[in-house]
Parts: sequence; structure tokens; C-alpha cells
Amino acid sequence: VKSNNVFGKSLLALLSSDSIDEDVWDEIEETLLMADLGTEPTMELVERLRERVTVEGSRDPERVRSLLREELTALVDPSLDRSLTLDASGRPAVMMVVGVNGVGKTTTVGKLARVLVAEDKDVILGAADTFRAAAAEQLTTWGARVGVPTVKSDVEGADPASVAYEAVSAGIEHEVDVVMVDTAGRLQNKANLMDELGKVKRVIEKLSDVDEVLLVLDATTGQNGLNQAKVFSEVVDVSGIVLTKLDGTARGGIVVAIQRQLGVPVKLVGLGEGPDDLAPFDAESFVDALLEER
Amino acid sequence: VFNSLSDRLTATFKNLRGKGRLTEADIDGTAREIRRALLDADVAVPVVREFIARVKARSLGSEVSEALNPGQQVVKIVNEELVGILGGQTRELQFAKHPPTIIMLAGLQGAGKTTLAGKLAYRLKNQGHTPMLVACDLQRPNAVNQLQVGGGRAGVPVYAPHPGVSSEAETPTGDPVQVARAGVAEAREKLHDVVIIDTAGRLGVDTELMQQAADIKSAVGAHEVLFVIDAMIGQDAVTTAQSFNEGVDFTGVVLSKLDGDARGGAALSVASVTGKPVMYASTGEGLKDFEVFHPDRMARRILDMGDVLSLIEQA
Ligand SMILES: Nc1nc2c(ncn2[C@@H]2O[C@H](COP(=O)(O)OP(=O)(O)OP(=O)(O)O)[C@@H](O)[C@H]2O)c(=O)[nH]1
Ligand SMILES: Nc1nc2c(ncn2[C@@H]2O[C@H](COP(=O)(O)OP(=O)(O)OP(=O)(O)O)[C@@H](O)[C@H]2O)c(=O)[nH]1
Ligand SMILES: [Mg+2]
Ligand SMILES: [Mg+2]
Repeated sequence: VKSNNVFGKSLLALLSSDSIDEDVWDEIEETLLMADLGTEPTMELVERLRERVTVEGSRDPERVRSLLREELTALVDPSLDRSLTLDASGRPAVMMVVGVNGVGKTTTVGKLARVLVAEDKDVILGAADTFRAAAAEQLTTWGARVGVPTVKSDVEGADPASVAYEAVSAGIEHEVDVVMVDTAGRLQNKANLMDELGKVKRVIEKLSDVDEVLLVLDATTGQNGLNQAKVFSEVVDVSGIVLTKLDGTARGGIVVAIQRQLGVPVKLVGLGEGPDDLAPFDAESFVDALLEER
Repeated sequence: VFNSLSDRLTATFKNLRGKGRLTEADIDGTAREIRRALLDADVAVPVVREFIARVKARSLGSEVSEALNPGQQVVKIVNEELVGILGGQTRELQFAKHPPTIIMLAGLQGAGKTTLAGKLAYRLKNQGHTPMLVACDLQRPNAVNQLQVGGGRAGVPVYAPHPGVSSEAETPTGDPVQVARAGVAEAREKLHDVVIIDTAGRLGVDTELMQQAADIKSAVGAHEVLFVIDAMIGQDAVTTAQSFNEGVDFTGVVLSKLDGDARGGAALSVASVTGKPVMYASTGEGLKDFEVFHPDRMARRILDMGDVLSLIEQA
């Protein structure tokens, strides 16, 4: 594995070499690929960049550098509305958190509850993961940690839709501001589990609109992330993405393709396992990180 | 539009029937398509680069068989190389001469370690072993309960002297290294012949936690350290595998969540970067969703061209 020469350098350092030759284009391509941007977006981006450089007749590395950043930023689209829809007048706002196994759904619910509590909101959690061992207990621990109650079933393997229903009715009854429903991890190719998720949402909708459906995506996820986003969107109409585990070495570039193809914005990022490790998504710093030295 | 690699290759080589030796031009087109396929399957860029170079070198001048066109010929070589790397040294668990055999699990957060602990225990128990689980993740909320439930389902005892973080015990008590050590002592005393140690998830860049994992390993003298990695992982597979390899020098790899539709290029990345064998595949959330790793199936899955490969294998 080639790792020291040009490859180990940051892309920006690379571009500061005197002229832009074929190798440099290859390296740009590889840098984008290595951030999990995917072959199609990467090749298109490099192509566009080459065209612009040709049209401008510029071989100034400084210029290419800013063009690359510009193109990437345009792809990530800083103008997208990334706010959470959490104000429902006259009733609690209802949020569902969904995603494949182990991406950080339960942790995200806990962290987000902490943020909402800090904004003086009344929050209630619903443990609609009735499947995984100790999932409800895990959510309850998060609830206790940030000081909010959790509605869960005492029966192992209870119907997740009815737990969700219970949580939302408790929220309505107690006039809370936000109900957050944690769901079991499920792979998007499992039709029965996806049906079950659809049902959870439909059953909640007997009581209330669902204002926000957050798809949690692990930053280490590769090209499969696009399938995840597609299928979950079909089933529960995802309104935003939470990109977790950005505190590691993965860049999470797959969200670029997801935003582009599905128009679902990344709203939040997870930066650790602690209660405060959640932040709003920032397009500029995301692009910076994509181009950063590994 | 050609969707699968086999479609694209078939189109590229429709008119070229295999005669004589492969030329550079024959190889280039195929190599480009294969590169793309590997990248789409999440095989890491540096691994793809090296792999393609090797395939090209091996293909150049190699004889074209009567039955195959040049594209197929290159694909055949690709497949052989893939299986070679993935299956270089597949093996099953090795048991210690003097029991207990100590198996430690390590990996990123959410990779599937705790679930695997239950599966391994179940499998070993059914093979006539007397495994015991040890709960060394005192950090993630309710990780200990989760392992206890898994152990309960598998009918295997769980050594868990500390509850870890739970709603009753907000701050972690107990030291994972201590727990591991005491767990092995307990297993010795109770004559368990296998000990499976579940550990907390950790990032490759978290030097402190990586050191803790290394400390657990050396405190108990683990015979097997299984690195659990999510089949959905992308380009980060190399960086992560390298840090765990340096951190705990794992002895084998378990690829988890292979019941999904990810192509699983990580298998190739990890195997070729670390040279460690991929031993098992985890294929679901249930206790029985666990199998020995099949390199040939994985090669097919990564290339996404099962049919073509079966034809080639027959030729
Ligand atoms: N480093 C890091 N770890 C995280 C982050 N978010 C979650 N985790 C960890 O990832 C693991 C899985 O998190 P969970 O919240 O249980 O994930 P989940 O999606 O609810 O998992 P299932 O319900 O089993 O599908 C835990 O060890 C978390 O502590 C993050 O942003 N950074
Ligand atoms: N579909 C599927 N899900 C799996 C598989 N292995 C584990 N899971 C699920 O993935 C999620 C995470 O699994 P865990 O066993 O908790 O992962 P872990 O590595 O122990 O996670 P941390 O302790 O938080 O680092 C859970 O929802 C498991 O049920 C698998 O092979 N297939
Ligand atoms: Mg969960
Ligand atoms: Mg665990």
C-alpha cells in the first residue's frame, strides 16, 4: 500500500505543487473516492473541474484548489434548510429515529433529548425497539441521564407500533413539547422489518402527524448508505439525516450522493458517545474535512 | 445503460473472441471496469490500486483459452486473485492446549461484538464446549445487560461483576482489565474450557481505549482476538483495520451484517492490508445467524457477477 509519498499528503498540499498534471487529477479522484463520495459523483466532479480549468485556461494550483472546494460545496449545498421541525402548535412534535443496525439511533435520541431539555422543552422518549436485547433499558438509561421519562413495554418482543402509540399518547396527555420514538435497527433489504417500520409510523399517525423522521447513518458506511437512504425514504419518508461517528477517521462522503439523489439534508452530526457529542451539520466544515489530510 | 459489471464486460468484449495472447488493450478496458466494480463494492482505494496492478501484470501475455474471450479471461484471473486473498488462510478457531481458550472481541462501536459473543457461545456450546462470557464493556449504556440477555438465550453463564453504565449506575464502576482477569480466573475455577470476552466499541484513533484493549489482551493472554467489522463499511476499513491490527494484533476477522445488501468490499480490504484471515460471517441478529466464511461466495458478491463466474469456472 502506497502511503507516504503523494498519497499521505493532504490534497491541498498536493495542489500547491507547481503545475497540474495527470497524476494530480488521479490523486484528486482518489482523495474523493477515499472519502466515500462514490465513483459516479467523484468522476463527474473531477470531469467538471477539468473542464472549468481548461475553459479558464488556468493551471494555477491556487485556483484549482478553490474551484474544487467550490464544486464540493455546491454539491453539499449550504443553502439547504437543515433545521428540525419541532414546533407543532397545540400538540407535541413527534419524531421518529430510524436506520440500520448499530449506527447510533438510541445514542442520538439521548443526545438530542439533552439538547431539547437545554432549550427548556418537555420531552418524552418511546422505546419502540422491542427487539434487540436490552435496547429499551439502554434508552431508559439515556432518558435518566438527560432527565426525561421513557415509555417502554415490560414485555419482551412487544409490538413496537403499540409502544410508539403509547409514547405519543402519553406525550399528548402530558402536553409535552416533543415525543422521540427510538426504533429497532433493521437492514433495508428485510421486507418484513421495513413493513413493520411503516406500520409503526402509520399507527402513530392515528394520533398525530410525524413531524420529523431522522435516518441515522454511520459515517463509516460506504456505498450501501445510498440504498439505506432510498429504502428508508420510501417506507417512512425520511426528513433528515444524522451522520454519526464523525469523531473517527471516516468522512461520511456517501451523504453527498444521498442529498443529491434524494434531496434529504443532513441535519445533525454525531461526534462521540457522550451526551454533548451532537452538533448541527455544517457544510463548510464538512467539505474541509473531506479534503483534509488523513 | 449497463448495470452490472457482467453486462458492461459482455458489451465491451462482444466482438473479441479469444485468440492467442492477451494484449495490453484487451486488458485495459476490462481493468477499468473491474476497478470501478471494486470501488463500487467499497474495496479501499489503495487496495484496488495494488490489486489491479497485480491483475494486469498477471493477465498480460497470458494465454487466452478457447472458451473465453479476453474480458472473461481477465475476469477469471481477477476471481482467482480475489479468492486467493480472501481465502489465503481461512481457518476456524484454534483451541488452547491448556484450557480455557480465551477469545476476545474487538472493533468499532456498533460493529456487532456483543451479538457475536452470544452467537459464538451458542455455537461452541453446541459443539460440546463449556463457554463462559465475560462482560468487559462497562461504558456503553446497558452493554452488560445486553450480554446477559445474549448469554441467557444461548444458555451460557455470563461473568458480570459490574453492571456498567445503566440507569441505576450512571457512572461506570470497575475496570475492564480487572474484570477480564477475574473472569478468566473464574472460568478456570469453574472449569469452563472457553472464555469469550466482550469489549466496548472503540475508534481506531482513540489511543487511550486502544491501549485498554491491548491491556485486556495481555492481562488474560488471549489466544484469539477477533476483529469484528461491519460489512457495510466503506473506505475507512483500511485505516480502522490497521489501527486495530497495531493496537491489539488481532488473530482473525469476523464480517458482520452480511445479511444486508452491501457488497462487502471491506473483506478484501481488511484481508489484504492485514493478511489476517476472515474466519466467520455474521448474518443476522439471531443466535444461529453465523457461519464459516466462504471466500468464493464473497468474491462473487464483491464482483457482483455470479453468473459469469459460474460460466468461467466451468470453462
Ligand atoms: N464514536 C462514536 N460512537 C457513537 C456515536 N454515536 C453512537 N455511538 C456508539 O455506537 C454504538 C451503537 O450506538 P447505538 O445508539 O446503540 O446504535 P443503534 O443504532 O441504536 O443500534 P441498534 O439499536 O442496535 O440498531 C454505541 O457504542 C454508541 O456509544 C458517535 O457519534 N461517535
Ligand atoms: N442484521 C444484522 N444485525 C446484526 C448483526 N450483528 C449484529 N447486529 C445488530 O447490530 C447492532 C449492533 O450490534 P452489537 O452486538 O450491539 O454491536 P457491538 O459491536 O457490541 O456495539 P457496541 O458495544 O456499542 O460497540 C444490533 O442491533 C445487533 O442486533 C448481523 O450479522 N446482522
Ligand atoms: Mg438502538
Ligand atoms: Mg457491545
